[in-house]
Amino acid sequence: MSILGTRVIRTEDPRLLTVGGVYVDDLRAPELEGAARLTFVRSTMAHALITGIDASEALREPGVAAVLTAGDMDDLPPPPPESEGGGEGGPVPVGGPWSEPLLAADRVRFVGEPIAVVITDGGYQGEDAAELVSVDYEPLPAVVGARAAVAGESLLFPGTSSNVPVSRVPDSVDDSPFAGCDVVVEQDIVNQRVACLPMESRATAAAYVNGKLTIWHSSQNAQLCRLILAGALGMAPDQMRVIVPDVGGGFGAKVGIDRDAIIVAWACKHTGRALRWAETRSENLVGMTQGRAQLHRVKIGGNRDGRILAYRLDVIQDTGAYPRTGGFLPGLTCLMAPGVYDLPEVQTSFRVAVTNATPVHAYRGAGRPEATAAIERAVDLFAAEIGMDPAEVRRRNFVAPDKFPFATKTGALYDSGEYGAALDKVLAAAGYGELRAEQKRRREHGGPRQLGIGVSTYVEITAADAGAGESAKLVVADDGTATVYTGSSAHGQGHHTAWAMLVQDELGIPMDKVTVIHGDTDLIPDGVGTYASRSLQLGGSAVHKAAIEVKDEGRHQAAEMLEAAEADIVLDTDTGLWQVRGDPDTALTWAQVAGHASGGTLIADVRFSADRPTFPFGAHVAVVEVDTETGKVTLLRHVTVDDAGPVLNPVLAEGQRHGGIAQGAAQALLEEVLYDADGNPLTSTLADYAAITATELPSFELVSSETPTTLNPLGVKGIGEAGTIGSTPAIQNAVVDAVAHLGVRHIDMPATPERVWAAIEEARAQ
Amino acid sequence: MIPASFAYHRAASADEALSLAAEHGEDAKFLAGGHSLLPLMKLRFAAPEVIIDIGRLSELSFITDEGSAIRIGALTRHHDVEHSELLAREIPLLAHAAGQVGDPQIRHRGTIGGSVAHGDPASDLPAVLLALDATFVARGRAGTREIPAGEFFRSLFETALEPGELLTEIVVPKPANGAAWSFQKFTKRAIDWAIVGVAVQDDRIGLINMGSVPLRAGRAEAALAAGEPVADAAAVAAEGTSPGSDIHASRAYREHLARVLVGRALEEARSRS
Ligand SMILES: Cc1cc2nc3c(=O)[nH]c(=O)nc-3n(C[C@H](O)[C@H](O)[C@H](O)COP(=O)(O)OP(=O)(O)OC[C@H]3O[C@@H](n4cnc5c(N)ncnc54)[C@H](O)[C@@H]3O)c2cc1C
Repeated sequence: MSILGTRVIRTEDPRLLTVGGVYVDDLRAPELEGAARLTFVRSTMAHALITGIDASEALREPGVAAVLTAGDMDDLPPPPPESEGGGEGGPVPVGGPWSEPLLAADRVRFVGEPIAVVITDGGYQGEDAAELVSVDYEPLPAVVGARAAVAGESLLFPGTSSNVPVSRVPDSVDDSPFAGCDVVVEQDIVNQRVACLPMESRATAAAYVNGKLTIWHSSQNAQLCRLILAGALGMAPDQMRVIVPDVGGGFGAKVGIDRDAIIVAWACKHTGRALRWAETRSENLVGMTQGRAQLHRVKIGGNRDGRILAYRLDVIQDTGAYPRTGGFLPGLTCLMAPGVYDLPEVQTSFRVAVTNATPVHAYRGAGRPEATAAIERAVDLFAAEIGMDPAEVRRRNFVAPDKFPFATKTGALYDSGEYGAALDKVLAAAGYGELRAEQKRRREHGGPRQLGIGVSTYVEITAADAGAGESAKLVVADDGTATVYTGSSAHGQGHHTAWAMLVQDELGIPMDKVTVIHGDTDLIPDGVGTYASRSLQLGGSAVHKAAIEVKDEGRHQAAEMLEAAEADIVLDTDTGLWQVRGDPDTALTWAQVAGHASGGTLIADVRFSADRPTFPFGAHVAVVEVDTETGKVTLLRHVTVDDAGPVLNPVLAEGQRHGGIAQGAAQALLEEVLYDADGNPLTSTLADYAAITATELPSFELVSSETPTTLNPLGVKGIGEAGTIGSTPAIQNAVVDAVAHLGVRHIDMPATPERVWAAIEEARAQ
Repeated sequence: MIPASFAYHRAASADEALSLAAEHGEDAKFLAGGHSLLPLMKLRFAAPEVIIDIGRLSELSFITDEGSAIRIGALTRHHDVEHSELLAREIPLLAHAAGQVGDPQIRHRGTIGGSVAHGDPASDLPAVLLALDATFVARGRAGTREIPAGEFFRSLFETALEPGELLTEIVVPKPANGAAWSFQKFTKRAIDWAIVGVAVQDDRIGLINMGSVPLRAGRAEAALAAGEPVADAAAVAAEGTSPGSDIHASRAYREHLARVLVGRALEEARSRS
């Protein structure tokens, strides 16, 4: 019987739960013995010119080896030239006037931007000395929020003419598709800035080992780190080694290596000293990239029979102080704008704006949750306007199951989907009819505890860079063990369990004899990494492909050893024994077969890439109770169908869904990065940034649904981000639904008690 | 997130704590559970040069029945207040409210004395002790004195304690009708500090986070004393308060919450008694 699809307990956990993981700052590698501590001096101003840096007092402190500033960075390659991109529709410009320095030289653009580093024998000395580095600023007007940035009264980058490095806005707006609609609804929607907040904040160590600059970094992909470092430091990749030890969560913010960590690597190269850096939580909440941060304007039109005829989404992306990945997100948002609906007309536009805030980058979903949030809110607004049940409106507009592969008006090609079935399943599991009846009873009773039921249906894009593929090398040795070298980079997902299951399934080598190795550029020079819900479909398919190649080679060896035709050789994957068909006496083990091969090993070194991305989908129902006197929302139930194709291991898939739903609920109800009018962060501690905890969440009710794709041999799509994408709008819709009878039609996220209360008050006043 | 450097002394007795405090004067701070002081030090909002650790003074950790009152040592942890059978029987408001402070880890470290001495208007127990008409006992070099709760909280983070004075115990009179209580703590998340909180014992009302000090809802209490119905008392609950606006709530919203929560608390206290 195949092990695939069964509930295999994570093999990673015994170690993590007993002795504990080894994260960057726990490393006790001999090369890091006596490593110095690096502490950042960060900007305390959102926007200012730097007129002087005085480190003399810090340098007199005990234990201070050096204070380095941009002036010391004379050993770096020149910044990238002005790129082709930018302006209308081009790629995000990162060179020329838009260049992001390593240490800020003459200007700072966000609170938390690195200005200098202090190198000390110990961490405590570093914090004390960093306080003594005095920076003189000449304040500039802070650009807070994307709207102010677009208005362009103060520019962030001299030599540019606006704060909009890239945009895609049509010359003229065609409103005619809305003209024939019975009903047209418009709404401004805020998709607020949130913190990525991995449990392990950023950490990097660096040392020269055998002449190689070796970087230990908490990352989602060692190989991309090395590529970025090579470019930034002007070194050949093979002069460097990047090692990724255990990683305590990434959520997109740890894709590659960011500016602060590059500075650590540079400082090691510059001083020749082994260095360690591990940021504090306060540093993390201003220094680590953040997510979402979009402003939406939606316009939706249709007929009273529930048919939607036209939809427009205009996006302004706040990308923070520098046009990093944030500039790329609204393109994905616009691509996924139509969601699960077969719409005759879809229009999108976006503008990317730089602001005096922490840079924006990928965060669980990266551009897709924003698209789903916009259309799912728009559909609910439309449903409310025509007085039709929101589930019914969805049903009347889904892409029909016989239309796949389905090309959207925005240029996506959905591979497979059963949107109506997903909705029916989730409504049945939630007991939708009974919930509506209970809601009606409560409304009639009129007490302060009202019920809200929110529906969202979604489709998302996973492995958007399917063509980049993923690597896998599988080695079966003459002791019967197998080792997988994977380009995927687990940081909580359970790849070690999953990849071993794939090997056992194909080769019959038991999981406990399979070792999985990732995150070391010396061992795996070629790899892409774990992000964008790509790993199982690309990295897992690569392991599967490698196992098939090893099996073919094993068959060849066994045929030689047993003096039989290859066609007559069979592998029993229950026992891992090779034999001539029908002759049990001929059984050979993997150890024997590998021993017969040259070098005593069977090796397959492969890459798997897919032709196109996959499109998981699902439907969520959230049930909330709103205290109409205080505005407080309690999430009572959350029921989901998340269909990402066949499930390899339900334990892992459910874990991804749970975490995703929790993070989605967090955005809907609690989390928001805030700045004051001068661009000072107001949420730089966990007392102020309201991260969600288990006590705010119910037990999730997960319904299974498995619609395969044909784009990879496992038939799988990605599940890492789906929970986040589906849950946020379901919960937001539920909150609005709970108070809709009081005249409320929209509440922005996070639906904090005060915001809900204010919406009720405002509706009452009208 | 790393405090400035400081000298550390661990006191073996209350007497030693007092003499260390006298020796180091203004530069020194007592450290009890550390759950208010250490966060301030880590954020470098506070940088005392000397820390006098009183956390192990078991002589100041007790809950004893004195007949008409219960005496609670200043070093008694929230967890012990929460789980005291004596308090649960005689002063259930206090036991319940202690169980609403932060989360279990915080309740195992934080002390009732630290909560009071810190003088934070957002803390739960000061408003509860106001509603209970408690008295605080302080020991300094000049001797021991008793300070009624109503005179203890002076301004934000400022109490009647003199520098170097140690809060040793809290005397809580047993309420006439122990059952007539309610504690309404309004938070976004279970672990949070109150956005607004209300403690009711009989017709005394303590307010959390409705000004720069923990308060009694004087206007609402007066309305009750004048025989007005609960709804009318609740409607004036925010009068005479001056809550701040911050990222968690605006002033207007805090005032609204005070009215709603005082109404609910009075109803609950009445329905219990
Ligand atoms: C994450 C978190 C959440 C929290 N949530 C809540 C909450 O919801 N509600 C709430 O009320 N509190 C909350 N707290 C605070 C907690 O209750 C603290 O423990 C309490 O406020 C202070 O008690 P402590 O013993 O820790 O005092 P410490 O931090 O040790 O001291 C606080 C101050 O009081 C002084 N002091 C302490 N003891 C004495 C004494 N005997 N005599 C004179 N001065 C003294 C100290 O010098 C210091 O200035 C939270 C704390 C944290 C870290």
